Amino acid sequence: MSGRIKDTGSEHRKGRRNFTRRLWKILGIVALAEFLWFILSLLKPSKETHKSRPADTIRVIGSVEEFPAGSVTPDRVNRLYIVREKDGAFLALSLTCPHLGCSVLWNAETQQFDCPCHSSAFDHRGIVLSSPAPRPLDYLPVIIEEGKVKVDLGSMTKRKRFESNQLTYAL
Amino acid sequence: MTEHHATEKREKSRFGLILHLHPRKVKASTLRFTLTFGLGGMAALLVVIQVVTGLLLKFHYEPSPENAYNSILNLQESLLFGKMLRNIHHWSAIAFVWVAFLHMLRTAFTGAYRPPRDGTWITGLALMLLVVLSNFTGYLLPWDQLSYWAVTVGTSLLSYIPLAGEPIRRALLGGAEVGQPTLTNFFNLHTGVIPLMIIALMAWHFWRIRRAGGVIVADRDKESPMADTKPYLVNREFVVAITLLAAIFIISSLLDAPLRERANPAFSPNPAKAPWYFMGLQELLIHFHPLFAVFILPVTALVAAVWMPYIKSTDRNQGVWFLSPAGIRSARMAAATGMIMAIIFITMSEILPDPEVLLPEVTPLLTTGLVPFILAAGTVWLLLKYLRRRYSLKRSEMIQSIVVLMVVSYAVLTVTGIFFRGGGMNLVWPWNV
Repeated sequence: MSGRIKDTGSEHRKGRRNFTRRLWKILGIVALAEFLWFILSLLKPSKETHKSRPADTIRVIGSVEEFPAGSVTPDRVNRLYIVREKDGAFLALSLTCPHLGCSVLWNAETQQFDCPCHSSAFDHRGIVLSSPAPRPLDYLPVIIEEGKVKVDLGSMTKRKRFESNQLTYAL
Repeated sequence: MTEHHATEKREKSRFGLILHLHPRKVKASTLRFTLTFGLGGMAALLVVIQVVTGLLLKFHYEPSPENAYNSILNLQESLLFGKMLRNIHHWSAIAFVWVAFLHMLRTAFTGAYRPPRDGTWITGLALMLLVVLSNFTGYLLPWDQLSYWAVTVGTSLLSYIPLAGEPIRRALLGGAEVGQPTLTNFFNLHTGVIPLMIIALMAWHFWRIRRAGGVIVADRDKESPMADTKPYLVNREFVVAITLLAAIFIISSLLDAPLRERANPAFSPNPAKAPWYFMGLQELLIHFHPLFAVFILPVTALVAAVWMPYIKSTDRNQGVWFLSPAGIRSARMAAATGMIMAIIFITMSEILPDPEVLLPEVTPLLTTGLVPFILAAGTVWLLLKYLRRRYSLKRSEMIQSIVVLMVVSYAVLTVTGIFFRGGGMNLVWPWNV
């Protein structure tokens, strides 16, 4: 029996068998890819429930007169610092060290931000005074409306250096 | 007579289970304690301890930022032996990193990584990584200041890996920072994914050992007689096991696993340190550009470790700790140099001004990355050349000296990070930390 199968039309059958075998292989690869894709999408960041919509990211920090000129005020809830320059300009800085994510602390004596993890230091505008921090503290543009200081938490911006357009003046 | 026969049969079947792990007879020379120090067996026992204590802890732990910390407090304060249970799990976890690492060193020293044992060596490397990962994921679970910031620092290390780093970090955290999704991920990894992977790989690791004919045998012992596994091997294993268990119980009843205040994302403790087994990396980060500290150097080390079995060598170093007295002297020299070099490196970078302040126009990738890297690599290369000429080393002894140099200098970095870094990560004496 088996001999007969081998003999008659063997070329034809072999081609068909090869084809199905290849088809199985391709299907297997597709199935594997699908499975990997499924796993990866499961692992994707943010199980969305914890994400707030963009409209919810504006926060009122306080009124303008609460921040005297030449001061640095921490806002631990929103994890940022509100800096007010001597000339009255506002700048909001992220509390998170760009090196490895620790919270920097304002040292009023030395007038600088210190990172407790790897001893990076930043000046009052968040510019690196000593490494290993690879870049200045991230900043957020301050919005001043009707005498209130507001920030958009969704607008956290990385930067290479300080530029004057990062400041906001109270009118 | 029949009764006697029945007991014998029962004995045999009980022993039969052990025969899944061990052959019926082993080379008598491999029973020598100083050949293996029983480290592999200890690691296997630690897996069992961790699974048992971990499963018990799971009855009382609640993986949510709101309740995790309280559930630990509750476990420690109102549960009979709750604190003891957590202590055992904690100290065994630390012991596991030590034992696994020493086991790896033993394998490297006795040349047991060469084919046909390359598969054992590589599954062993994977197991070592899993042990560290298991430790790290478990570190977050108490949700105190220590764990929160150690994991923040530890996962931020990932973001310096080019291209893939940030996506991996975000996937692991389940968001931009450590929070509920992170705890969910870490809990599942720690109590499900990683243990299953460890158990599966362990089976493979053991099978490779059996296939290679058991523990490595030195040339001079090839003719040594065979000994019955029971009682000679089994009894020795039993002694090692109860000694280890006793040590863990004593330590766990004397020292409590640390638990600080509840995690507070707004305040990093000062100093904020990574888990102790990552302190060498964190110390490296103070001196090196992150790309080198967390990517190039570790990946180089890993690639070298995987490649090690395939370096051509005809040396008969299998089953002996040192091939020749010259090898011992060379290893000692490498250890001393590694130690001195690391100490000089740390103090130099403390005394010398910051290259970024000194040369602000040059990219830090060069000043704190490539230049110190080339300096360090160059020194190592010169030293090795010198060692080879002075002691006329064989190739396996060269590898051994490199391993010693790397391990000792990394150990110095780790010790410095743990014991000599105080507030602001400044260098201080241990009694001032």
